[in-house]
Amino acid sequence: MRIMTKRKFDGITIFLFLLPALILFIGILVAPLVTSGYYSFFEWKGFGDSTFIGIDNYKVLFKTFTHKNAEVPFLWAARNALILALCSLLIQLPISLGLALLLGKGFKGERFFLSVNFLPVLISTVVIGQLWKKIYYPDGGLLNTILRKVGYLKADQPDITWLAEKGADGKSYLLGSVIVPMLWQYVGYHMLLMYAGVKSVPPELREAAKIDGATDWQVDRFIVIPSMKQIIKVSVIFSVTGSLKSYDLVAILGTNKTRVAAVPSTLLMDQMTAWGRYGMGSAIAVLLIIMCFFFAILIGELFKDREKV
Amino acid sequence: MAKNTYTGSDISKYEVGKTSVTAKVFIWIFMIIWAIINLYPLFWMFTFSLKDNMQIWTTNQFGLPNPAHWDNYKKALNAGPIIRYFLNSVFVTVITIIVTLIAALMATYALTRIHWRMSKAVEKMFMLGITIPIQASIIPVFIVLRQIEMLDSYQALIIPYSAFALAMAILICTGFMTEIPISLDEAAYIDGCGRAGVFFKVILPLMKPAMATASIYTFLQCWNELIFAQTFNNKDEYMTLPAGIMQMVGTHTTDWGPVGAALAIATFPMLIVYVLLSRRIQDSFIAGAIKG
Repeated sequence: MRIMTKRKFDGITIFLFLLPALILFIGILVAPLVTSGYYSFFEWKGFGDSTFIGIDNYKVLFKTFTHKNAEVPFLWAARNALILALCSLLIQLPISLGLALLLGKGFKGERFFLSVNFLPVLISTVVIGQLWKKIYYPDGGLLNTILRKVGYLKADQPDITWLAEKGADGKSYLLGSVIVPMLWQYVGYHMLLMYAGVKSVPPELREAAKIDGATDWQVDRFIVIPSMKQIIKVSVIFSVTGSLKSYDLVAILGTNKTRVAAVPSTLLMDQMTAWGRYGMGSAIAVLLIIMCFFFAILIGELFKDREKV
Repeated sequence: MAKNTYTGSDISKYEVGKTSVTAKVFIWIFMIIWAIINLYPLFWMFTFSLKDNMQIWTTNQFGLPNPAHWDNYKKALNAGPIIRYFLNSVFVTVITIIVTLIAALMATYALTRIHWRMSKAVEKMFMLGITIPIQASIIPVFIVLRQIEMLDSYQALIIPYSAFALAMAILICTGFMTEIPISLDEAAYIDGCGRAGVFFKVILPLMKPAMATASIYTFLQCWNELIFAQTFNNKDEYMTLPAGIMQMVGTHTTDWGPVGAALAIATFPMLIVYVLLSRRIQDSFIAGAIKG
């Protein structure tokens, strides 16, 4: 052990080994975080003079809840992101868990189903977005055609405009239409994470429980799932922070300008690229980071408490 | 309890599984339906890439293309430099993986193999990167890149991608590296190796599985990345696939067949690689989930 603990020039060695990572980390993560915080107190177009306006940017973001009259509907976007997170927790993760439990048991065709279910994770989100755009399309899109074939839509009824900000019937399905492919795409990701957890349960444990007369469901409920707690925690954190930072499918199926289905990132991009309001964009970025940290820590704590009980 | 008196043959009976036949049928139906939901969009993309507008929207939405318009692919290739976008994506992703691996392996070595007071704190700091969303840094990074005139370049993507993939890579490498016995290092020190010698001769050769796993997670993170790709690069020369397709689709929305062909061209090379390597990709991904 003596040999391990101290060597000459260790300080320099440590520094040199950490250097590349530190440069990347501080240059691209830490420094921008700090500057974002700084910019968020200014009104600034990204070039030229900037005006210090205190917390006015934040005041605008927190002014009203609805998306209708808000200058920047941030609270509404945060609500949408949380709805997305909730759907992910209540719909996506249970499906993933179910698939993982089934496949982990040594289901026939285990590998085939594993591969197929993981497939959507590898397809570019842009491609998936374009495909779903055509699925949702009115006038001959897949979904409307199916709805007509099964008789849900009558001949005299117009197609449902799934992706409209405000449809003919005054309702908007945009948020729901965005959530479905989002959930679908990453079921496979969480399935594979959880499958790893299922597989790491020692088979003897499973057999022992079965000998004691446990049903398959009881084995899953009392042995497999509790021993997967670490991985489920990771999945929950990924799915919640992933929902908070979602952008691609909202921007492709809607636009950066969407209000009904806005998420914090579309607002950020809209403020930055369309309006050139870099201060406001920075304020959104700061709030986005705070939300991500808040939920990551909260989830960590929730799982910790359970461990004690 | 009576249950403890089971004999060997009883045990094997239970191992075979006692899920009822109806439950099994139900499970099979569910699995098959879910598989179809995952495969159908791809199949549908392929079929509509060979159709004309008439077939896509009215006469033949579900069936196989008839007649098949293979010239859609020619049109797609002429409409924009998809191949170029694809190669750009490959290049950016590969270099990002290399940069991430080098930085992560070196950092992990310093954090886990050398004892020093602040190592845990520094490791925790790196882990913050898992939670921070990439787009949160877009404004400052954009301004810096503009100032040093590095917009429209490969570096504009590679550097931020590497920085944001770093946390996950360090997490994975730490999981693998702590499993290498310290006695190997000690033996090498006795043989006269320095810190660097141990790193290159002992640690790196044993970290190959970690590299595979970290590569896959890094790949997943940057292959699909859209926001930076769209904002930092406006020239075809450097544009990656997600941004390139967004641009192409935006300008050619009347003729859907070639759009489908473009999507197919963008997807199928990946698909072939996945079919060939799916087992290894999954195993590496799983290793990351367990060790991370």
